[in-house]
Amino acid sequence: MRRNFFFIIVSVSSILFIFRLFYLQVYASKPYSIYEDNAIRKVFTYPKRGYIFDRNNKLLVSNQPSYDIMIIPGLVKKIDTNEFCNLLKITKKEFNKKIQKTSNYSLKIPSVFLAHLSKSDFGILAEKIRKYKGFYIQKRNLRKYNTKVGANVLGYVAEVSRSNIEKDSYYSTGDIIGKQGVELSYEKYLRGNKGIKFIQKDRFNRDIGSYNNGNNDVNSLAGSDLTITIDSELQEYGELLMSNKKGAIVAIEPESGEILSLVSGISYDPNLLVGRDKSKNYSNLIKDSIFSPLIDKGLLSTFPAGSPFKIIVGLIALEEKIINKNSIISCNGSYIYGKNKKSMKCHCGGGNHNIYSAISNSCNSFFAEVYRKTINKNGNISENYDKWSKTVKSFGLGKFLNNDFPIGKKGMIPDSDFYDKWYPDFKWGALTTLSNSIGQGEILVTPIQLANMMSAVANKGYYYTPHIIKEIAGDSIDYRFRNKNIINISEQNFENIEIGLSRVFKSGTGKLLNIPGIEICGKSGTAENFTKIKGKKTQLTDHSIFVAYAPKKIQK
Amino acid sequence: MIIQRKNFLRLDWIIISIYILLVGFGIGNILSSSISGEEVSILDLNTLYGKQFLFSVISIMIAFITIYIDVKFYEKFSSIFYFLSIIILLSLFFFGKRVNGALSWFPIGSFNLQPSEFVKITVALAVSKYISDYQTDLKSKIDQGKLFLIVLIPIIIIILQNDTGSSIVFLSLFLVLYREGISQNYINSIFGIIILSILTLKFSVITSLIISVFTTALYYLLKRKSRNKILKFFAVSLLCLMTSLGTLFTFNNILKNHQKNYIKVWLNLEKDPLKIKKMEKTILYNLNESKKAISSGGLTGKGYLKGTRTMGNFVPAQHSDYIFSTIGEEWGFIGSVFIILLYTSLILRILYLSEIQKNKFSRVYGYSAAAILFIHFFINIGMVLGLTPTIGIPLPFISYGGSSLIAFTILLSIFIRLDGNKINEW
Repeated sequence: MRRNFFFIIVSVSSILFIFRLFYLQVYASKPYSIYEDNAIRKVFTYPKRGYIFDRNNKLLVSNQPSYDIMIIPGLVKKIDTNEFCNLLKITKKEFNKKIQKTSNYSLKIPSVFLAHLSKSDFGILAEKIRKYKGFYIQKRNLRKYNTKVGANVLGYVAEVSRSNIEKDSYYSTGDIIGKQGVELSYEKYLRGNKGIKFIQKDRFNRDIGSYNNGNNDVNSLAGSDLTITIDSELQEYGELLMSNKKGAIVAIEPESGEILSLVSGISYDPNLLVGRDKSKNYSNLIKDSIFSPLIDKGLLSTFPAGSPFKIIVGLIALEEKIINKNSIISCNGSYIYGKNKKSMKCHCGGGNHNIYSAISNSCNSFFAEVYRKTINKNGNISENYDKWSKTVKSFGLGKFLNNDFPIGKKGMIPDSDFYDKWYPDFKWGALTTLSNSIGQGEILVTPIQLANMMSAVANKGYYYTPHIIKEIAGDSIDYRFRNKNIINISEQNFENIEIGLSRVFKSGTGKLLNIPGIEICGKSGTAENFTKIKGKKTQLTDHSIFVAYAPKKIQK
Repeated sequence: MIIQRKNFLRLDWIIISIYILLVGFGIGNILSSSISGEEVSILDLNTLYGKQFLFSVISIMIAFITIYIDVKFYEKFSSIFYFLSIIILLSLFFFGKRVNGALSWFPIGSFNLQPSEFVKITVALAVSKYISDYQTDLKSKIDQGKLFLIVLIPIIIIILQNDTGSSIVFLSLFLVLYREGISQNYINSIFGIIILSILTLKFSVITSLIISVFTTALYYLLKRKSRNKILKFFAVSLLCLMTSLGTLFTFNNILKNHQKNYIKVWLNLEKDPLKIKKMEKTILYNLNESKKAISSGGLTGKGYLKGTRTMGNFVPAQHSDYIFSTIGEEWGFIGSVFIILLYTSLILRILYLSEIQKNKFSRVYGYSAAAILFIHFFINIGMVLGLTPTIGIPLPFISYGGSSLIAFTILLSIFIRLDGNKINEW
């Protein structure tokens, strides 16, 4: 036993190892997959990213090539640094710094040594780069903006982030993805489909040639061109008006829901986010906390709707037959309500108002009274209120518009549950929520929602979801943009309101803005605490509101 | 001189052939695992394979010298070698250089020398000398104690130098002691401790206690001739319990974090997915990558210098401790089995030759050499295949490293020398 013990142990171990090897290498070994084989280099071929045109077929966004010098620090051999630095037009100090930085990152993974070569530099370098081991040139496709406006609408592209890759297996490191605006919303159309080339590598990591004569290669598919609804001239004019102002202009074509312009003040030149100084510019933009140009105020800022909201209050009152077009409510400069005799001031100048003059003079008392009557009708406050709130929401307020922007805000149209929670021990009623009647209090809207509301008024009872896409080459736009959203208020009532709205410009609060020859219907507004200055298409200071539709167009 | 020449012819050419095959294979694989795009020049000392080639030339020269030296030299001077090597080992505390946390290197020029590799030889010689001594009686507790001391002193020093992996190698000499007649109980205890430790860590103290009590009871029930059965049964059971508790204590309080992790990985103890994820980036990474590389080799391998994972340097230390993964990938199942069979035949050949030695010193030394080679082979390949815990010791003759190649060469050539003299009278 003692004699054989060692022999047995050695033999048993040996057999154990052989079984284990058999398991690993023969039994559990996976079949060959070209995608997983490191000996085959997988090179993605990137198709042309789709162009973006405006509604008048003006080319807004196209592509431009750009060349980066890449480095694999581990492969860099002794090179003539002087000559190399001269070629790249950098100093030796910069050169050493870049080498140090890239080496610290990784010796084996390629990093960008110098980004965005000029075309002339590329021409010279392309021939000589072979001399410098460890360096090579990589072509990239950059976006080219043929316009200086609409940065917030167009968005921008950038390299995919880690989370992009995790969410969508299509992407791999270094790919370009839309990060904002149309570039993001219509990424799937714009990007096309990248192709794959399989290249056989040898032991020394050199490419020998295409694998299997290219039979396994996948061709790339070019991205689709897009036409967007923006009118770039209008957009440009809007941005000019908004220069150095904080605010937003939204113009929607009511009969289609197409967004003609979406101006966010202040805007920035989309070309800032392309090219060598991209990150510097980006951080400058993001640091600007006063104007925050990267934030699209047309979509993201919420504020009390103010007087334009009276249109809806009036419409609902008419529809609920609380008033008719001839009902008269008198105003003595303020609206006194409640046991404690609270008062809501009114700037209409007093007097007796019917619905037309109430709108044209923006009479607070009038709308406070009809709101109170609407909510208190038959005494069932909670039910009435919910019905009211639901109708308000049917104008696209207080919810996501479900448009084709990647960003947006819901705004706020409270329902009865909200007030039940707000006043748990207290029976709330019309007077508690009276501020709603003039678009203040808990009511919050975004500029695009307000513009959309007006487009529903202009259409007299329906709206198309506002959208930015007009045409996708080779595909139709989403069904939801071709579908009417109906509001349950009769056309007759809309017509009555419209008379009021047009009087705004003839005799009411907006008469200074009347433009002879164009019949404008609109409503100005200022939410409390905000300075009231009116202007067509314009907001001269923050937070003043103006909505209108002339025969066709609607502005806020 | 005439006698010397005759002796040369009597060298065991099977061992020598296997040795040359393994060393050659080693250089080839180090080349494969370390080049990245440059021209191959075997004499370039800036490359790992160039260095290994130089080491192999030095090793062969030293082997010639070892074989040329008179056979009695090794036996006579073995105690001096032993004490000398202990002193050198101790001097590491003063002049040593720390590499990867282990204080086990002497910097000599641009090379580092690892004395613990050479201590394996001197301990083998010392053990052989002591056992083969006329006055040594392995049944005597005092002599046993002395023998254990010979083995334990270097183990303790090396553990203090934070090179636990190397110290474990010396435990293989118990196989030799067993062959030479120490009590069966020692071997039983060692295996018992290993099994109990695994049971304790994997399951619980209770499980290991139940199993050990049951086994002991069965043993004493079946064993007829034994006095004080019940007393012995309780004593053994108590020992088992103490072993379990001791294991738990050692694991929780003495082992360092990385050592604990190696054991956790080996026994699959970690259940926290977050920690497992973290391990996958550190210690599990090596293991997973080496298993992947081996697995990707398939039946026939990807071909020499065509291993894609080897080329991409996926497995860290793939030229040293993990070199077997390179073999697995490029040579496949067939090549790996070939290497395993080469080692097995080498060890079995040494064992066979040891058995037929007339001289006791030669026999014990042969056993020791076989034991040392075996434990390296077992732990290294077991680790790469994910069967044994991660213990960083080299694969003899193949892994990159001057000290280990030269030391293993000396270890082997001394045996070749002793074996070549088996017919001569001493």
